[in-house]
Amino acid sequence: MDDFLAARSQMALSLGFHIIFSCIGMVMPFFMAVSHYKWLKTNDEVYKNLTKAWSKGVAIFFATGAVSGTMLSFELGLLWPKFMEHAGPIFGMPFSLEGTAFFIEAIALGFFLYGWNKLNKWFHWFTGMVVGVSGLASGILVVAANAWMNSPAGFDFVNGKYLNIDPIQAMFNKAWFSQALHMCLAAFTATGFAVAGVHALMILRDQNKEFHFKAFKIAATFACIGALLQPLSGDISAKDVAERQPAKLAAMEALYKTEKPAPLLIGGIVNEKDKTVKGAIKIPGALSFLAHGDFKAEVKGLDKIPENEHPPVAVTHYAFQIMVGIGTLLALISLVYFINLIRKRSLLEKRWLLKLFVLAVPLGYIALEAGWVVTEVGRQPWIIYGIMRTKDAVTPMPGIAYSFYIFSAIYLSLSCIVTFLLYRQIKMVPVLYNKTNHNDQ
Amino acid sequence: MEYVVITFLCLGILLYFLLGGADFGAGIIELFTSTENRSRTRKTMYQAIGPVWEANHMWLIIAIVILFVGFPHIYTTMSVYLHIPLLIMLIGIIARGTAFVFRHYDAVKDDMQWLYNRIFRYSSFVTPLFLGIIAGSVISGHIDTDAKDFLSAYIYSWLNWFSVAVGLFTVALCGFLAAIYLIGETDNDHDKRRFIKKAEYMNISAVIFGAMVFIAAQFDNIPLIDWVFRNTVGVTAIILASFSLILLWYLLIKGKTKVLRILAGFQVTMILVAISYAHFPNFIRLKNGSAISLFETVGPEKTIYSLGLALLLGSVLILPFLGYLFYKFQKKEE
Repeated sequence: MDDFLAARSQMALSLGFHIIFSCIGMVMPFFMAVSHYKWLKTNDEVYKNLTKAWSKGVAIFFATGAVSGTMLSFELGLLWPKFMEHAGPIFGMPFSLEGTAFFIEAIALGFFLYGWNKLNKWFHWFTGMVVGVSGLASGILVVAANAWMNSPAGFDFVNGKYLNIDPIQAMFNKAWFSQALHMCLAAFTATGFAVAGVHALMILRDQNKEFHFKAFKIAATFACIGALLQPLSGDISAKDVAERQPAKLAAMEALYKTEKPAPLLIGGIVNEKDKTVKGAIKIPGALSFLAHGDFKAEVKGLDKIPENEHPPVAVTHYAFQIMVGIGTLLALISLVYFINLIRKRSLLEKRWLLKLFVLAVPLGYIALEAGWVVTEVGRQPWIIYGIMRTKDAVTPMPGIAYSFYIFSAIYLSLSCIVTFLLYRQIKMVPVLYNKTNHNDQ
Repeated sequence: MEYVVITFLCLGILLYFLLGGADFGAGIIELFTSTENRSRTRKTMYQAIGPVWEANHMWLIIAIVILFVGFPHIYTTMSVYLHIPLLIMLIGIIARGTAFVFRHYDAVKDDMQWLYNRIFRYSSFVTPLFLGIIAGSVISGHIDTDAKDFLSAYIYSWLNWFSVAVGLFTVALCGFLAAIYLIGETDNDHDKRRFIKKAEYMNISAVIFGAMVFIAAQFDNIPLIDWVFRNTVGVTAIILASFSLILLWYLLIKGKTKVLRILAGFQVTMILVAISYAHFPNFIRLKNGSAISLFETVGPEKTIYSLGLALLLGSVLILPFLGYLFYKFQKKEE
């Protein structure tokens, strides 16, 4: 494995790992806060137990997300020193604010996890909310930094020099809003479906039905609202990418030739050598509409872009298909869920619907990772879009492949342990449920 | 604003040494505790650092973000030439943080605890060791930006007597800080005496490793003695540290707790001041005799201005909240 590929793989692995943990860490506190609120309002012990059960999951995920995030703040320099040397002062603003938000989150989490019976109950609830809000803020800020790589702003690039640096302008680059919105909704959808699905499974197994059903409803409501809003946010993103990064859009849709009007390709097998796509379903004019809001508009294909600036087409295209496909499916499940809710049908008897939720446990995260691949692989070969190439930013140190192997092993074992721990947590719910047997931490 | 940012950088590094250090130290203490007392040590430690450990490690993030936003040249030079020790330190941070949480939140307490405990203890030792090695390497003048071969560019930059001695010294200091901290966190008289003993041992080893740092410096031709004793600040810091050492032993024998913490923190601060003052504002010393200075590599004006503002704003939000956290969860003195 050559060093450049190893560095890219290690970065992708670290981010791919971190993204799941941090999404859970930023979304779960909101579920907890709702359940906590219901407990404070209704005095129903089930909600208290639920809040505690979830908070243990959050503690595990937060710690894992925090250490992998620490890792990333070093890894940017360890793997891409030449990028950081120039980019640090320009896109650092969201990072420094994120540091603050993250710090507040860690403090609030300390209060929340250890504050049972020690704090005023509403202050305790408030600290839980602070965990969620500051986590969400961290997420938005980090995505804003990534958006800058897609849509560089806040400096003038003159003869290879970065002049007139304005970090505020860099933070509010053109892509920050659409990317952050899409990411946040994805986090809520994916985590919501994962949590709801696990509880649905327990309901199907007839274990502690009351507990799991309360949990299911909170998580599913968040998930389904997210899933229904996500297509709208996706539309904003598509129009934005079409304008700023035509090469990425063309790769997402495997559009090798500029067309007017351009069809939307669904599925299909990409042949990167012949620059063709086989077996895709074509919807005439749909891409023109999605990208520019006009069924007859021209969409720039890869032929209009110099060959050495093409992103990998197949990966981007497949990832995009996966994301959109799953997104659509989840939106449909959400629709069914809300229809049942409005008609006041008993969800507990709709076993097929619960089964759909179980099926959806991994789907949200698969879509989320696929979306991340679309953004990042679709940006290649650039690390700063149009300014610096990824291969020019890599560290001069040889042997990165070994560090990639080590981290693959670490992340793989961490994933296994966390899954194992969650399995045990869920298995222990009946014990927690038995009031004589639960302790306070 | 430059000064604000540099102050926060120094503060971040110092607090990470003190708070994160005490945190690592707790694991080191556990490592050097006999099996019969371990579970009690673990419990005391958990109550003491459980609520605050995440926050303690945020100082590292603050310091690193300041470096890469405000002083990118320093950040990237370290990332390139100290890649390997940084990587090991990071692995240590990952292993330690996750093991600490896993062992507490594993719903079933079984043989897995054995694994978590092992990982936690060893990584508590390795992480500050490499943190110290990195700190030592930055000022050791072994970083060679003109190196042509792998060994001198990426290995000898940190693998030298001085850096390793600083690493061990750091470990001893962490253990010392933790022992002092834990004394005040237990009600049990037996445990209290145990932690006092530990603090004494750790203090003695810190003095020994401290002496080794000076010897290693002579060995590696590092003018450490000049740095420390050729300026008033260095000398004053050393004198204050020595005096507080005497006072500290006196109080240690008396078993006072809260004053001890302040004293121990003060001592470590003085040591850091004594070692680093002579270079300031130089941050990294290079093999060719030149140095990378904070002022010369500071980022563009607007960046520093907004970074400083973000830090000030952040500290208004963070410090009271953090102070309350420490206050709320500390053991009340009877």
